[in-house]
This record gives sequence, C-alpha cells and structure tokens, in this order.
Amino acid sequence: MPVDLAAPPVSLSNEEILRYSRHLIMPEVGMEGQLKLKAASVLLIGAGGLGSPLALYLTAAGIGRIGLVDFDVVDFTNLQRQVIHGTGDVGRKKLDSAIETMRQINPYVTIERHEIALSSENALDIIRQYDIVADGTDNFPTRYLVNDACVLLGKPNVYGSIFRFEGQSSIFGAEDGPCYRCLYPEPPPPGLVPSCAEGGVLGILPGVIGLIQATEVVKLILGKGEPLIGRLLLYDALAMRFRELKLRRNPACPVCGDHPTIRQLIDYHQFCGIPEHPAPPEPGMKDGEIDAPSLKAHMDRGEHFVLLDVREPHEYQICRIPGSILIPLGELPKRVNELDPAAEMVVHCKSGIRSAKAIDFLKQAGFRKMKNLKGGILAWSDKVDPTVPKY
Amino acid sequence: MIKILIPTPLRQYTGHKDTVEVAGATVGEALGTLTTKFPDLRRNLFNEQGALRSFVNVYLNDEDIRYLGKDSTALRPGDTLTIVPSIAGGSHAG
Repeated sequence: MPVDLAAPPVSLSNEEILRYSRHLIMPEVGMEGQLKLKAASVLLIGAGGLGSPLALYLTAAGIGRIGLVDFDVVDFTNLQRQVIHGTGDVGRKKLDSAIETMRQINPYVTIERHEIALSSENALDIIRQYDIVADGTDNFPTRYLVNDACVLLGKPNVYGSIFRFEGQSSIFGAEDGPCYRCLYPEPPPPGLVPSCAEGGVLGILPGVIGLIQATEVVKLILGKGEPLIGRLLLYDALAMRFRELKLRRNPACPVCGDHPTIRQLIDYHQFCGIPEHPAPPEPGMKDGEIDAPSLKAHMDRGEHFVLLDVREPHEYQICRIPGSILIPLGELPKRVNELDPAAEMVVHCKSGIRSAKAIDFLKQAGFRKMKNLKGGILAWSDKVDPTVPKY
Repeated sequence: MIKILIPTPLRQYTGHKDTVEVAGATVGEALGTLTTKFPDLRRNLFNEQGALRSFVNVYLNDEDIRYLGKDSTALRPGDTLTIVPSIAGGSHAG
C-alpha cells in the first residue's frame, strides 16, 4: 500500500470531531488546524494565576500534549485567581489538582508533569521536548532563565506578567523577533519591584492576560493572524485600556543579538541578586528582636512602650494589634518627627521584613531603643491571638 | 504639555496619580521635571549616574526612546511618554 507522505501524523476520532466541531466548521481552524493543534506540544511554566487559564483553555482547545512545570502546593490565598484549583484542593500539589481538572475537561490531551523547580541544570532538557513555551512565573530569575533557554533552543516564548490591575504580554524568542532581554536587559535589584504577594493582584487580571497568552499559543500553532511578536501589549484593567508598544530585537542583546555573549545558561539567582535558597529564619532570637508572646507579656505588665505598625493603611484595616500606631514604611522619613527617640519601641509589619527596614532607617535617624516583632502580625495571630485574621 | 503615563508600581511615588502633565522640549527635560515634582520617583527611574535604569523603559508614543534619540529625543506638545518597568507577577513556580 502506498504511503501518503502528506498525511498528517495524527487523526481525529469521531468523538473528537464532535468535541471540536465549533473549531472544525470555522475556516481559520478547520480539520487542518485542529490536527495541527493535536500534533502540537506546549509547556506551561507555573500552574498558578496565569497557568490556570492557559491550562484550562489549551486543554479544551485540544492541544495534543501539554507539559506543566510546578512544585507548589495549593493554599487558600491562591483561590482568588488560580481557578484551576478548588477549595477542596487546598494542601494538594498544584500539579495533582491542575491535572485532575484538565483530564476532566479533555481526556484526549496528553498531560506531562514536571514536578520540579526549573533551573539552569534542567531547563534545556525540559523545554527541548516542546514546540512552544508559555511563561507564567512570578519571579525574575525564572523569567530570565526561561527567556535564555527559549532563545538558545529557538522556541517561541509566550510571555505574560501581571501586577495589581496591570498586565503585559508579548511573544519572545521567535525567529528574528526580540527577546525578554531586548525589552529589559537587566532585572531590578531585589526589593525595588514588589511581587504579587507583596503588592496584590486583581484576581481576574491573570484570567485576561493568561487568555491573551493562550490565544497567541493557538495562533502560533495554526499559523494564522498576526502574532504578538515585536509588540508589547499593555493592559490596564482600571482604565480598561489596551495599549501596544513597539519592541525591537536589540542587535547588542547578549543572548539574541548579532554577537551573543551568553551561549549557555548562567546562574540566574546570582544575575538577579537573589539567593537561591534564602536562609531559613533563625530558630532563636536575634539581637533587637522580640517574639509575639514576649510582646504580649510586656503589654500585660502594663509596660510603657510605643508599638509602631509600618504596614499600609489597607492592611491596617484588615487587622491590627491593639494599641499600635500606624506609620507606613514609605511615610516614615516624612513622619519620623512624630516619634520620640527616647521612648522604647516595638516595630512590626506583616512578617518582619518591612519592620526591619524601618528599624534600619530609625537607627540612622538616631533612634536606639527599638525591637522588631519577629514574624510580624502573622506570628501574633499564630502565637497570641488566633482571632486576628491572617492575609 | 507632555502627558506622562505612570505605571501602577510607581504610582506610590506620584501621589497615586496615573498621569502627570509636564512641559519639556526633550524626553530628558520632561523626565527631569517629573522627578523634580516627585523626588521619590528619581531613585526608581535613574541610577546613581543619572542614567535610566535598565529595567525601566520609556516610550514616546509607541516607540522605545532607546531607538530614537534617548534622553535628547525631541518632544512635541500632545506627545505621550509611557514608563514601562518590568513586572514579574504570575505563578510561583521558580
């Protein structure tokens, strides 16, 4: 029997034809396009805010093979936006929860799990196995790692990023197109740009941006329309405005430029100035710290001291420690004259990071009698007053 | 006047304004006026040498000023400058 070399390597069963009928009757997809989707493979990096809509819709659309990279566990604070997980999934691995949902949506998709932190050691081997990457990570080291790995392997990287009410999307690493380093040659120093965990994010926002990424993934596979290559799409949910900026490949880019200097993956934590394994909190007390039960004991003895809360006003509305006064960290330089340098002071925030910064500032301003509440108001909730909500 | 669009992460330094109007004949002048008006913004836009930080991009209308005349790019009344810093938010998988 003669072999038809033009025949696609995959075909659709009658059940799949029925399932994808709204694609099949559309000329831009049709049988040819649906078979392309089935023959395609996509790697989703992160099963969180952006990864949820990506995984849900790409699974429903009938991508043949989807890889998921994640090693996190579902927690309650995820549920406001990570819609692939449900309340009953709290405490489960995100991969288990996401894959269960995806199988329920479409059993014809092959799903591959990569329960691993993407690193310079494993990224090339994992990304190599897929046609397209959709990056939904929440940190700069992984962003640069994914970018560089995709450029080195020649894989398109469909990018999305979110903060509060704003999102960005583009396609990096396409042939002759720019990469993430062409847009941002270097990451911000740690601490200067807040993460979603610090800055918050509108739960719906990753839905919008993740689905823009999913749309671009499908268009790349179909070879239809104008891909978001060389264009940075900005979305402002508050203004409900989309804007588009031009992106160019930078001929001097160290990874995708005319004379690249980065030809293999580097140490991205070092590049971003972030330790790979942050030192775990010391079990004992450091100088200048006070733990929550001791603070409570001070209060109960009626000792005289100032309890300074350096969180933001909207956090103060969620919960507070009785007797505290609020001066947000950012306002401290202007309002330091409201404080008495001679008074004993305990400084706190949510977890102890911002209050440590506040103490550094106060030291420079000549204050000497400060203590940092170890673990912040979260520790107060854990160890002293469980009626104080955690957030 | 030149309209400067302030992205969410930097609005804490502009009294929560999302748009600031300034006068200026060049990009450098307009950003100078902006950071004089809002001094806390300066350290977030410029490094110690006074150069734009490498994780902050500035666009004149839809074009990156790095591919125009950088700081000395001429402005016309009604132009829009957009500040676009890098944001990393997504899912925790790194």
